[in-house]
This record gives sequence, structure tokens and C-alpha cells, in this order.
Amino acid sequence: MKEALNPAEVAEAAVESVTTENNTPGQRYQLSFERPTDNALLVRLAGRWRLEEKLPPVTEVQAQLESGAAVTRVQLDTTRLAAWDTGLLTFLAGLYTLCQKRGIAFDNAGLPDGVRKLIDLAFAVPPQKDTGRRGELPPVLARIGDATLKLLRGAPEMIGFIGKVTLSLGRLVRGRAQYRRSDLMLIIQDVGPQALPIVSLISFLVGLIVAYMGAVQLAQFGAQIYIADLVGIGVVREMGALMTGIIIAGRTGAAFAAQLGTMQVNEEIDAFKALGISPMDFLVLPRMLALIIMMPLLVLYADIVGVLAGMFVANTTFDISVFEYYQQTARALDLRHFAVGISKGTVYGILIAIAGCLRGMQCGRSAQAVGQATTSAVVTSIVFIVIAASLMTIMFQKLGI
Amino acid sequence: MDEIVRLESIECRYDSRAVVHGVSLHVNQGNLVCLLGPSGCGKTTVLRAIAGFHPLAAGEIQLNGGSVSRPGFSLPPELRSLGMVFQDYALFPHLTVAENVGFGLRGLTRTARVDTVNDILAVVGLQGMKSRYPHELSGGQQQRVALARALAPKPALILMDEPFSNLDVEMRERVSYEVRDILKRHGSTAILVTHDQHEAFALGDQVGVMHAGRLLQWDTPYNLYHEPNCRFVADFIGQGVFMRGRLRAPDTVETEIGVYKGNRAYPWGEGTTIEVLLRPDDIVPDPNGPLKGEVTKKAFKGAEILYTLRLPGGGEVLSLFPSHADFGLGEKVGIRVEADHLVAFPLSPGLT
Repeated sequence: MKEALNPAEVAEAAVESVTTENNTPGQRYQLSFERPTDNALLVRLAGRWRLEEKLPPVTEVQAQLESGAAVTRVQLDTTRLAAWDTGLLTFLAGLYTLCQKRGIAFDNAGLPDGVRKLIDLAFAVPPQKDTGRRGELPPVLARIGDATLKLLRGAPEMIGFIGKVTLSLGRLVRGRAQYRRSDLMLIIQDVGPQALPIVSLISFLVGLIVAYMGAVQLAQFGAQIYIADLVGIGVVREMGALMTGIIIAGRTGAAFAAQLGTMQVNEEIDAFKALGISPMDFLVLPRMLALIIMMPLLVLYADIVGVLAGMFVANTTFDISVFEYYQQTARALDLRHFAVGISKGTVYGILIAIAGCLRGMQCGRSAQAVGQATTSAVVTSIVFIVIAASLMTIMFQKLGI
Repeated sequence: MDEIVRLESIECRYDSRAVVHGVSLHVNQGNLVCLLGPSGCGKTTVLRAIAGFHPLAAGEIQLNGGSVSRPGFSLPPELRSLGMVFQDYALFPHLTVAENVGFGLRGLTRTARVDTVNDILAVVGLQGMKSRYPHELSGGQQQRVALARALAPKPALILMDEPFSNLDVEMRERVSYEVRDILKRHGSTAILVTHDQHEAFALGDQVGVMHAGRLLQWDTPYNLYHEPNCRFVADFIGQGVFMRGRLRAPDTVETEIGVYKGNRAYPWGEGTTIEVLLRPDDIVPDPNGPLKGEVTKKAFKGAEILYTLRLPGGGEVLSLFPSHADFGLGEKVGIRVEADHLVAFPLSPGLT
């Protein structure tokens, strides 16, 4: 093609001049293309370029770029542009990205000042990875699948941890575990006696609730005396252990995860390893022992408080004398019931210790990770407890204990 | 000398991203070595791999001649008999200084343990602090407790992960000389990781410069400064400028400040465009010299002043002047090039 002398002539003589127009009244934009030279494309934008005008996609320009001779330069003409907003910028940003991708020069000289500045601003800094745009959430099924896989991948780690704890207990039995008695005593003190107030409160209230719930029904038959049976068996077999388990999961399981997590963050756990001391023996073992020792005692205590709460309700509201209530409870309960409740409580204690210590040891190296570990420890313990409670209840029922 | 550590082209990954590529090195008994590099270069990962906290994706680590890490196998850290000093010291907060230091001393009688703790506390100069708790100590003292704790079990190797980064600059230098002294007196072998070259130079018999997971140069501090083997090391270590030039003969370079004969033959063809490294100590004041530079920046450093000088040709050089030669901005000063080690790199097309 000859060198163009007069731009107006060129515009008229342009071989490929395509115009897209949206002619609905009140909604008008114009997009047309010219080829001032063989390897340049002039994009003419006119009319109103607003979001509500159903603006054309960038693919229209792409089609132009792909037809005819290879384009190395895109120019813009906006002299007849009437109005614009984000719609125009979205279109231009798309065009700019397209040009960059294809190595085509993007000449922004023809743009209004404001638009040019905004385009510059938009591309001044490359978008940082991992921030801002989250992308679309994957579909529900994919998320369920991901979560399941994550759970399954966590299983070997948990089983490995249980194995290490078992080995550590084995070393304890042979008297070769390295831990400090004073640490064990401190943890026992923290797990046991210090938990008494909250265990008292919750057990008392749960006993109270069970007593009232039952009493209202039993009163219809005039059988208020059986409150003692209901509360006694309900609290001793199930509720005492379950409530204590949940309290200790929230109180002690979370504390274990936070303590070990913080030590992980401070590299203290690495320091133990570097000094030749197994953190399983030194940190996990005393926590495990403390819970194994204290949980049965706490459960027994909770049982007693629960029964006393039932007695309080029966005595104050339903006129059953303390002695009568005691007699009835003694008749209803035997050692079996206590054994069931306490063995459940011990199992919960072991589960809490495993969940708390595991999450603490898995903790990442940031303060945020400690928080996550703590939450995760509580959730894991409670899930474990509820599953174990169901399994054991069914088991004891089938065995007739 | 006995070899304590040997790394054979080790590779470490986080998830699937390789952060250490083919690093090989070995450390002999009694040596103090430093791994130096900007943050994120993989130096701490190398240290953690040696300690056994990080598995290897390829290569092998040997301690005292025995293989301790290879892909699929890693001897647990507690069985490696190493001492480690952590970045934040990781002292046990509920134990006193003496208990902290004596912590790793298992299988000793009570008196032997007390004696060892006393000895080692004397070495680090903390005799009077035995019954204090870590939070009652200053940063430098905590640092020394951490070092004492690592030294007490007499490990074959001590690893230090940026141990001085929490100290202020003045203390950092003093403590690092102190630590070097302690380690040397103890005959210890140590690997230190740092991003601070002064610290590395103060402590290391040998220094390895790492960048992007690779070990670029493994050398004495003197050689790293004067004989860097690549542009990154030249740039990272010390100050200096690169001046564009051309090779005139295998051992002669031509730059805008003149033609200089180097102390070596350069392997590139004549006429190759090169960059010559000029350290501030290569440019010396010379009032009668033909070369004049205009002062554009000055930084007062006490005994010396570091001037940035613009040359007539437009290039800039750095030069150290004795503190008495106090020139103002814009003044012209006479200089002369006195470079014993003329280090040059071919101009890479990517870096202009």
C-alpha cells in the first residue's frame, strides 16, 4: 500500500471498514475498524460506551486482528465518543491484554486523558498472586470431594501419632521415658483440681435438668420417686462422662493444642529434638498420663454432683425426703453403672489427649496457626467423644452391662 | 582433618516446589562456616535438612561419615547428636539458665552435670546468672544461654540459624566475635546461616553464598570480596560499581577511566563487552592524578568517607577517602585506580 498522505483519504479508501452498531433508540455505541496501513488497525469508538448499553465483546476486535495481514499496532480513535464509564474501560482493558498477549503495540494516544490514566493505573503493577481475586469457588461436589480427601490423608498421620504415643507408653512402662515428674504434677493439677468448679457447675445443672424433665412426666403417674432411678442411671452411665468429656475437651484439649502449638512456633519442639529428647516422651506423654489419671476421678465427681442435683430437685419441688431419695438411688445403682460411666470417661480422656496433642504437634509456624490448632483440637475431640459415646453405648447395651 | 559434614547435591522441596537445588559442601573438624544469602534463598532449609527437620528429595547428607539423610530416609534429629541454636533462641521459658543448659545432659551423674553446666556457663560468661529465668535476661545473654545449651552435650556439630538477628547492630558484631571465640576455644565445628555479610565474615572460616536455592560460591571471606566468581556474588558482597568496558587483550580491559592490565587472562574473545567490578577500595585519592570525579553523594563513616563520584564520561564510581579529606558536593577530586584484583564479567544480554 502506498504511504498515506491525507488521513481523511485513507479513512475513505480503507479496504476493510466494518461497523458494528447498536441502533436501539437511547442505547447507541459504534465500533468500527480501519486499516490505515497494512500492519496497523485503527479501532474507532463512538457514541455512548456505558455499562447498560450491552457493549460488544473484545472478540470482535480479535476477529479483525485475525483477518487480513498481520497487525503489529493497534490505534484508537475516540473523537466521536459521547459518554463512557467502566464499560469502556473493561473493553479497553480486554483489548490491551489481548494486544500484550499477541505482542501487538497498543497506542493509547487516541484515548481521552482520564481513560488513559485509568488504563495506566490498571496495568501499572501486575496483580499480586494469592491476593484479591479469589476466583470462583469450585462446585459443591468438588469441595465435598476435596474435604473428604483431606480427611482421608489426615488419617495416616493420626494413626502414626497414636502409634508413637503407644511406643512412648511402652517406654514409660519400661521406665525409660524421659519426662519430668514435676511437669506431670503441674499438668495433673491443671487438668484435675482446677477443673472442679466448672465441672461442678455443669454437672449440677445437667442433673437438675434431667430431674425436672423426668419429674414432670413421672408426676403424671405419681411415680416421682423414680426420679432417683432416672437421674442416677442417666447421669452415672451417660451424662456425667459426656459432659465432663466435653468440658475437658474445651478446657484442656484446647490448652494442650495451644501449649504445644506455641512451642512449635518458638522452635522449642525442634530444640528438644536437637537436644536428643523425644517430644513425644517429654511433652505428649505427661499430658496423656494426666488425663488418663484425672478423667475417671472427674467423672466420678461429676456423677456425685449430678445425683445431688437430682436429690435437690426431688426434695425441694416434689417432697421426696433425702433419705428416701438416697435409698432409691442406692437400689437403682450398682457398681456396674459406675464402671460403665468411668470407663467411658477414661476413653474420652485418651481421645482428648490424642486430639489436643496431635493438633498441637501439627501446628504451623505462625500465631494464626496456633489459633487454628486450638479450634481444630476442640472440634476433633468433640467429634471423637460423640462417636465413641455412641459406639460404647451400643456396645454396652448389646453386652447387657 | 576429619570431615564432619558432607552434603552431596542435596535437593529439598516444599510441597512440589524445589527450594534447594544440588547443594554440595563439606565441613572439616574445627571449622566455622557460614551460609550467606538474601532471605528466601534456601539457606535455612539447608540447615534444617542437616539437622534432620526437613527430608531430602535428592542427594545425601553424611555426618561423621555415616549417611543420615537421603530420599526416603531421615535419621530423627534426636539421634544425630547435633547442637542447634535457633533464630529466637527457643529457650525453655519455665526452666532456669542452669536447667536450660543442663537439659541435654542425659546419663551423667548429678555432680558431673552440675560441673559441666558450670564450666560451659563460665565459657559463655554467665556464671552469675545460673538461677535466672530466660525472661530476666537481655537478648545477648539469652543468645549466649542458647549457645551454651547447644554446646553442653559436646555435639560433633553446632548449627546456628540466624542467631544474631534479634540483636542490635553494635551488639551483633561484638557477640559474633565472642561466639567465634567461644567456638574456637571449644574446638567446635559449626555451620551458621545468616543474611548479614558482616556477621558471616566475622565468624566464618569459609563462607558459602546462596541464591535461589543454589550454592554459588564457597570460599574464604577475602576471596568472596576480591574474587567473586559471578555477578550475583560480586553484587551481593560488599559495595562497588560495575563499569562497562571492552577486552583489548586477554589480560587487558579498556574502560572510560583508562586501560588496565588485570592479574589474570580472561577467557572471552577480544572486543567482548564486559563489566569491570570496582570496589570503593580500588579507587584511591590522588590529588595530582589526571582522573577527576565530581562528588555526587557522600556518606560519613567515621574514619572514612564513602564518596560517590561522577566521572567525566558519565559513569559513577565509589571511593573511600580518609575522613580528613572532606569535600563538598559538586567538588572535583582527583582519583586513581589501584585494583589488584581486576574482576570482570561479560555483559549478559539480560542485564543492561
